[in-house]
Amino acid sequence: MSILVDKNTCLIVQGITGKAGSFHAAQMRSYGTRIAAGVTPGRGGEKWEGIPVFNTVAEAKAKTQANASCIFVPAAFGADAVREAVQAKIPLVIVITEGIPALDMVKIKRGLSPRQTVIIGPNGPGIITPGQCKIGIMPGYIHKPGPVGVVSRSGTLTYEAVWQLTGLGLGQSTCLGIGGDSIPGTGFVEILKMFQADPRTKAIVLIGEIGGTAEEEAADFIRAHVTKPVVAFVAGATAPPEKRMGHAGAVIAQGQGTHASKIKALKTAGVTVAPNPAQIGSTLAKLLRRAPS
Amino acid sequence: MKLLEYQAKKIFAQWGIPVPSGAPIFRSSQLTGAIQKAGGFPVVLKAQVYAGGRGKAGGIVKVRDLREARLAAGRLLGKRLVTRQTGPRGAPVKALLAEESLTVLKEMYVSVLLDRSRQMPVVVASSEGGVAIEELAKEKPEAILTTPFDPVSGLGLPRARRIAERLKIPRKARKEAVQQLLKLAQGFLKLDASLVEVNPWALTREKGLAALDGKLTLDDSGLFRHPELAPFKTADADSPSEAKSREIGINYVGLNGQVGCMVNGAGLAMATMDLIKLHGGEPANFLDVGGGADVNQVREAFKLILADSNVKSVLVNIFGGIMKCDVIAQGIVQAARAIKLKVPLVIRLEGTNVKLGREILRGSKLGFVTATDLNEAAKLAVKAAKK
Repeated sequence: MSILVDKNTCLIVQGITGKAGSFHAAQMRSYGTRIAAGVTPGRGGEKWEGIPVFNTVAEAKAKTQANASCIFVPAAFGADAVREAVQAKIPLVIVITEGIPALDMVKIKRGLSPRQTVIIGPNGPGIITPGQCKIGIMPGYIHKPGPVGVVSRSGTLTYEAVWQLTGLGLGQSTCLGIGGDSIPGTGFVEILKMFQADPRTKAIVLIGEIGGTAEEEAADFIRAHVTKPVVAFVAGATAPPEKRMGHAGAVIAQGQGTHASKIKALKTAGVTVAPNPAQIGSTLAKLLRRAPS
Repeated sequence: MKLLEYQAKKIFAQWGIPVPSGAPIFRSSQLTGAIQKAGGFPVVLKAQVYAGGRGKAGGIVKVRDLREARLAAGRLLGKRLVTRQTGPRGAPVKALLAEESLTVLKEMYVSVLLDRSRQMPVVVASSEGGVAIEELAKEKPEAILTTPFDPVSGLGLPRARRIAERLKIPRKARKEAVQQLLKLAQGFLKLDASLVEVNPWALTREKGLAALDGKLTLDDSGLFRHPELAPFKTADADSPSEAKSREIGINYVGLNGQVGCMVNGAGLAMATMDLIKLHGGEPANFLDVGGGADVNQVREAFKLILADSNVKSVLVNIFGGIMKCDVIAQGIVQAARAIKLKVPLVIRLEGTNVKLGREILRGSKLGFVTATDLNEAAKLAVKAAKK
């Protein structure tokens, strides 16, 4: 078990003939991910490294076993690519593209039935169930199969945390980034729900950052519904207000989204907060030694 | 992207929202012309900075004659204004707005913004304007009315009417208020804004209901749809370094510390800054070189960091995913050779092609300090900055 993806996941890559799409399609395939099809409008009928390319997602889905899609198209076409995958009723859509306007995501989500399609991202590293399936841009070799679920708003900070876990012998059930935008397709709460329900996940690492209220909402949910041990880290203690720190969503605006507010909410909910980004793994290791499950 | 008040008001006027007559001033020679456009004395001179709290900081002055106007302009233009929102360094005043002084009968507040927890656009309104909304939210949350609306169908007449009623806008101005609410919501959606704020939204004797102050923040991701906003584009950087970073295509925010940072990924970059602070140092900047940076961008990023004379050491923290460690290493070596580094450089590489990257650094014989672990790297960088 794991969440959202496993060895049965069968992928469409939207933008497979582009620079990023083709590079990462090759990386995903060499990790063992099953790639059924690529989609590039106007390139239907071609093959990419032996994989059939279609003009539309609907066609790719009809002619293959695909049950997930990964989007690598440029920002200006990102929202349309997500809409196309949603309309084709792809159950899981992972959006790597950075720079999709926030209002477009609001509109897409308002027309979405979450039972039909789960969107992960945009502006995230993707999702990996170690040893089974990697969808996205993370370096595969830093992961190893195991009991820790990792969810994050960041890319490289997630790699950092995973690397620490793997170094301590703590493997991962599934790791994913919900993305750095202000309107993510799926939030912390939905992912925590899935980790809580997944029998293979024994502990959870949550990595947040300044901006918005996602960590506060996650804390409320953890207090009420999560029985598994949770370690959190929130980046941005030193970030000045009203400045966007790289990610579209990482900005303390109108006094909301401060580091202090998030840490307080998480601690109040009983979450163990890692004091230092270099100690995310060791904080969890210590917690698990203290409370064997 | 944030717009200055005079830019926001220009756009409000295009939407059909009345604003005081006036004109911006960038040089003192433009003063008399702008005062004429504002309809003559008395005139209000307003420092154009991105931060709030200008009034209390002396950034908004009412002047009665040319002597007073010259005095105020000389005191503000080209100087830095320190408000409660700018930090101790203040914000550079590159422009003033000269405006007619209107007689205010009633001050209200209205904004349209993207509410991240509701994941909907909302209209926030209050019959108590002129004060900062954060303060009002703390002291009198019941005085704030929040109205979510669908981004496809828009705010709509019934919701706009209800807001106008709840704000107890005098009957004479109510119809106009409803129209302005609809225009603000429509403008917000049309421009892919993340914040449209009118505070005060005031009933005036001369112009009826008008926007006396305005804030407009646009979603950077939506800018590709709005080529008409290009003239405002580079103006909102607080410093030349931030403007330069945009040209290079990296994310940079200048801070006040001594340890420069170069990191890939925004989350890791923030975490690296936090770690520097935990070890007793202060970060000099936030810098995310991004996922696909090339040798050129790395070199230019270095120049940016080192252009800050406060920087006493530099910490490079790269976790290679898309970004390969050997590319970063090449960029660092090239940059160090081109710039002649005068401060110690602590480098921590991990991830894709890490062995190759470390070999390139070692082979360069440029005396970099290398670390394999993040904690150790931050400690070394802080220590080096204190020497």
